[in-house]
Amino acid sequence: MASRFGYLGLVLAAFALMLLGKADVEVMEKVRSTVSDTIAPVLEILSRPATAVDQVVDDVTQMANLRNENIRLREENQRLIEWQSAARKLSSENQQLKGLLNFAPGAEPGFVSGRVVADSGGAFVHSVLVSAGARDGVSKGQAVITGDGLVGRVHAVGSRSARVLLLTDLNSRIPVVVEATRTRAILAGDNTDRPRLVHMPPGATVSAGDRIVTSGHGGAFPPGIPVGVVALVGDSTITVKPYVYRDRLEYVRVVDYGLQGILDSNFAAEGAGVIK
Amino acid sequence: MNLTFWQRLDLVMRGITPFFFTLVLVVLGQVPLHIPGFAEVAPLLPLMAVYHWAIYRPDLLPAIAVFTAGLLQDALSGMPFGINTVVFVLVHMVVMSQQMFFMGKSFSIIWLGFSLVAAAATVLTWLLTALFYSAFTSPESAFIQYLVTVGVFPLLAWLQVRWQQSVLAQV
Repeated sequence: MASRFGYLGLVLAAFALMLLGKADVEVMEKVRSTVSDTIAPVLEILSRPATAVDQVVDDVTQMANLRNENIRLREENQRLIEWQSAARKLSSENQQLKGLLNFAPGAEPGFVSGRVVADSGGAFVHSVLVSAGARDGVSKGQAVITGDGLVGRVHAVGSRSARVLLLTDLNSRIPVVVEATRTRAILAGDNTDRPRLVHMPPGATVSAGDRIVTSGHGGAFPPGIPVGVVALVGDSTITVKPYVYRDRLEYVRVVDYGLQGILDSNFAAEGAGVIK
Repeated sequence: MNLTFWQRLDLVMRGITPFFFTLVLVVLGQVPLHIPGFAEVAPLLPLMAVYHWAIYRPDLLPAIAVFTAGLLQDALSGMPFGINTVVFVLVHMVVMSQQMFFMGKSFSIIWLGFSLVAAAATVLTWLLTALFYSAFTSPESAFIQYLVTVGVFPLLAWLQVRWQQSVLAQV
């Protein structure tokens, strides 16, 4: 009998915690950050052997492909050199035109790098823990990127760890544009690896293979970060294949665009507001 | 027989290993393994510990310890506080109520029992997440995660039985 009451008490306590979390009580996030901060050093050590094993496997597969890889890289290098000269030309032209127009440049972003030390979420939440926190200059709402593109945004910050909400998470809403047509939209995660484009303006056309980049609307995200390519255009849904793979996340960069504060926790609403 | 201080300390230290073991599983479950597609379907390791100890040594992993492990799981995984907590506590309660049934049963029955308990736990987690966010998450990855969890169970069960027979034999 006593144990029945014990269980009832624990279950009620758990539901009370859920309600508290739902009410967005700051305390819950504080507790979470404190726990993450405490465990982060342990995870930091634990994640190293996993990475080491991963690297050995990677090395062996690379050895096998060395020749083909070399040929591929030579070709790519050739192509990139051509692009480089094009970029140089465009960049100087851009400079001159900006000079002519008296263009006010946006803020220069700063970066903080961190290691991904935890990725557990499973099927129900898509987030990772990064070993950089408030003491390194990370703050809530900042964009997180890798060399490939956008990873997500900082969701909660402890002193030496930060939780990053991946762009595939159910709660992720990111203002984006279709690169070629400059059509604005919101990239909404749904806990699958293919987030959807929503709030497209009526009549806008988008086709598979179009590049999607951040729009910079909403403040904290620099514009032009590559996000992914349109994978599938259905009758009611447009899905996007992100450039960044969750399983390959190891080191990430947190972008300090100097504009945090504009972006409050009610990110989705603001993003949608921009679209109108 | 009177135990010396050190003998008693030794027993206490051995006795808390199931709880410690469960917490270690929670933390281990967070380590990124860099296997393509694995992160979404990573097995829920602590659930296996909760199930195992509830059958064989509930005295060493009481409900309050399970509650704590659930809290840690919620805190580290980034899930809303309370969801894994309530799931773990309910699993503990259900398994404890069937403890008599499980005692002395063959491993296949234990495994079958786990597959049922884990199914219920997955559905409950899915429902609670849907309620919390007022949105349904993809059932496919939840289902695959369930299959992976059931698949990994024998390995962890074997380790836990070994532990129980060696370290906890006298406790």
